[in-house]
Amino acid sequence: MARKDPGPKADRRRFLTGVVAAGAATAMTPVRSADVVAQAPRAPSALPPSAKAAEAETGTPRELARVKGIPGSDFMVDVIKTLAIKYLPANCASSYRAIHESLINYGGNKMPEFLTCMHEESAVGMAHGYFKVAGKPLMTLCHGTVGLQHASMGIYNAWCDRVPVIVVGGNDMDAATRPPGVPTFHSAQDINALVRDFTKWDDTPVSLQHFSQSFVRAYKIAMTPPYGPVMISLDAGLQQEPVKNHGGEKPYIPRYVPTAPPQGDSGAVKEAARLLAGAQNPVIVADRAARTPNGMTLLVQLAELLQARVIDQGGRMNFPRTHYLSAPPAAVSGADVIIGLELSDFWATVNAYTDNAMNEGIGTNSTRIKRDTKLVSISSVDLNTKANYQDFQRFQVIDVQMAADAEATLPALIEAVKSAIPNERKAAIEKRGEAARKAYAEGNERTRAAAALGWDASPVSTARMCMEVYGAVKSLDWSLVASEGNVSNWPNRLWPLEKYHHWLGRSGGYGVGYGAPASVGAALANRDLGRFSVSIQSDGDLMYAPGVLWTAAKHKIPLLAVMHNNRGYHQEVMHVQRLSNFRNRVANLGGDMGPVGTSIQNPDVEYHKLAEAMGWWAKGPIKDPAQLGPALREAVAVVKGGQPALLNVWTQPR
Amino acid sequence: MRFSRLRVIAAVVATAAALLAAPNAEAAGSAEKGKVAYVKHGCWQCHGFVGQGGVTGPKLAPNPMPPEAFAAFVRFTNGAMPPYQKAILSDEDLADLHAYLQSLPKAPDYKNIPLLNP
Repeated sequence: MARKDPGPKADRRRFLTGVVAAGAATAMTPVRSADVVAQAPRAPSALPPSAKAAEAETGTPRELARVKGIPGSDFMVDVIKTLAIKYLPANCASSYRAIHESLINYGGNKMPEFLTCMHEESAVGMAHGYFKVAGKPLMTLCHGTVGLQHASMGIYNAWCDRVPVIVVGGNDMDAATRPPGVPTFHSAQDINALVRDFTKWDDTPVSLQHFSQSFVRAYKIAMTPPYGPVMISLDAGLQQEPVKNHGGEKPYIPRYVPTAPPQGDSGAVKEAARLLAGAQNPVIVADRAARTPNGMTLLVQLAELLQARVIDQGGRMNFPRTHYLSAPPAAVSGADVIIGLELSDFWATVNAYTDNAMNEGIGTNSTRIKRDTKLVSISSVDLNTKANYQDFQRFQVIDVQMAADAEATLPALIEAVKSAIPNERKAAIEKRGEAARKAYAEGNERTRAAAALGWDASPVSTARMCMEVYGAVKSLDWSLVASEGNVSNWPNRLWPLEKYHHWLGRSGGYGVGYGAPASVGAALANRDLGRFSVSIQSDGDLMYAPGVLWTAAKHKIPLLAVMHNNRGYHQEVMHVQRLSNFRNRVANLGGDMGPVGTSIQNPDVEYHKLAEAMGWWAKGPIKDPAQLGPALREAVAVVKGGQPALLNVWTQPR
Repeated sequence: MRFSRLRVIAAVVATAAALLAAPNAEAAGSAEKGKVAYVKHGCWQCHGFVGQGGVTGPKLAPNPMPPEAFAAFVRFTNGAMPPYQKAILSDEDLADLHAYLQSLPKAPDYKNIPLLNP
């Protein structure tokens, strides 16, 4: 263990005495337990602190004893630098102060660059969004207990969305020597336990050599499909103690070599190809199939080879929406073979659940597909299922199931399908393509006609808002960095999403509060690539941790955030209304528009002022749709100049 | 899976009965009062303030369904929309709602909206 060497430990105690406040001072004067019992209970006091306490709080620390040798945290920085992690969004905390100091001074605050965050959830959300643009993970640091608790929802979203984030939590493990009071509140035996159910791997290194192996291993595991967050607990003592030989040798840094993603079993690939090639109406469904732009290219190849319609569920940008084989979810109904690629919920892809009052209020289920439809699945998540959190969804019987990465398996599947298609089927397959073209054109007409409904309404319709935004950015190399499904999916239905960075998917775990930080993180990655970032920002989402707006301004991250301000937690507005109706009661609105506890109004939040206060250019509230276009033009100019900009738009509910 | 065919059939029978019994909502309704009722009873939540619809509910306007069918659906639906029985929505409010939807103007033709024809 890190604390077995008495020399550095003693040095560390002296080091701490200069900076730790009254709690540490008290520790220097042991108090017998009998004395404690004898003391009368103390009433709360508003008196000024004692001279000793005041000096500890405000005085200049004494000259500190230096730790001899190279600080362990400098070596940790050397390890981190080998992995070319570009940024480190984090909220500062004393439990990782040693590595913090090493990163910014010894490491020169480059690779990684420290980004000041105001909430750990924001830091993880930024890393989440960044990865989906850059394809490279970021690391974050957090306080071991309270900071990790703040971060945990963001980590769960990353877990469900199969995104790698390297989380490092400071923790002072030696209960005999760590400072009493606050630092002890902020320590735990096993901080990783808090997030173990939704991280791929975690470790608690007890030596620097252990750290270097753990960190490289963590990176490697996070970056092997299925991707996911990992956690390392970082002992405060280990950070501060000097580098020592390990087994007679200096600690080394293992070389990172990526692990190849898992590919589908060759027999299963052949059987899937046989089913697809022989199908009358095969349908492809993709959720997180494309991990990279090449995944899109492969999916187009497979679809065109089969002339099969593709339902893109939008976990990632899998398939161009402008392609005639792009299809709506209802396309499963006529299929005789369905192949699901990295689906998060196969059951709900082929079944419907209706939230009605039937069956004692638990709703009804029905199938969406024909009885004999064959189902094929390729999903790497089958390799990494845990028990507690239910992100594996309902059980669905699958005819051919491959626990494998879809993108890595597609080349073999394409070749197998080519071999399996008999010549006499080729004309029928071409004809299927003609029918798909017709269905695609008709669907587009219906969608645009639906978008015109309420076009001039106030508050602004979500279709109008989305198309005004598209009109303002269409000539740029744009990237829609966040848009949850609460604007009736208009961007997916109307925008010509064609490139991998046009659409980044959603939060994964549907933990509200993802949109704002993920947008900022994705915009950071897009900034470095010279792209324009735009987000549709929900009101409730922003208010979870709005401090990320300041982070964007502080670090000059250009982003156009257009508020979908429907003044409520609208999903819950509908849920409480639904339950009121089921129980035959009038919903209590309490003076708002939605049922009590679901509205964000009276007073209305002035999001534009909030953003301005944090260094953004902002305008609003915009209620008249005619004012939106001109405001967008102004905002786009600001963002092109390198600043973040926000428009507060009052919108229809969905 | 819990298929509840019997209950669906029962609901259809009830709907048919209601069709026969429903008052002529259109004749009695007030569009002005209906606009208020539309917000008060939460219709806007899934269908939008002008009945334009979205992923959470179909469009209601312009050209709403006939008043009798409208009344029957609102009272007895057991699909995605929760029913509104008389205890929470009076016949008068129901008629006003229909009148409001009937009063909403036709949407512009999308072919004449440049942003929908990029």
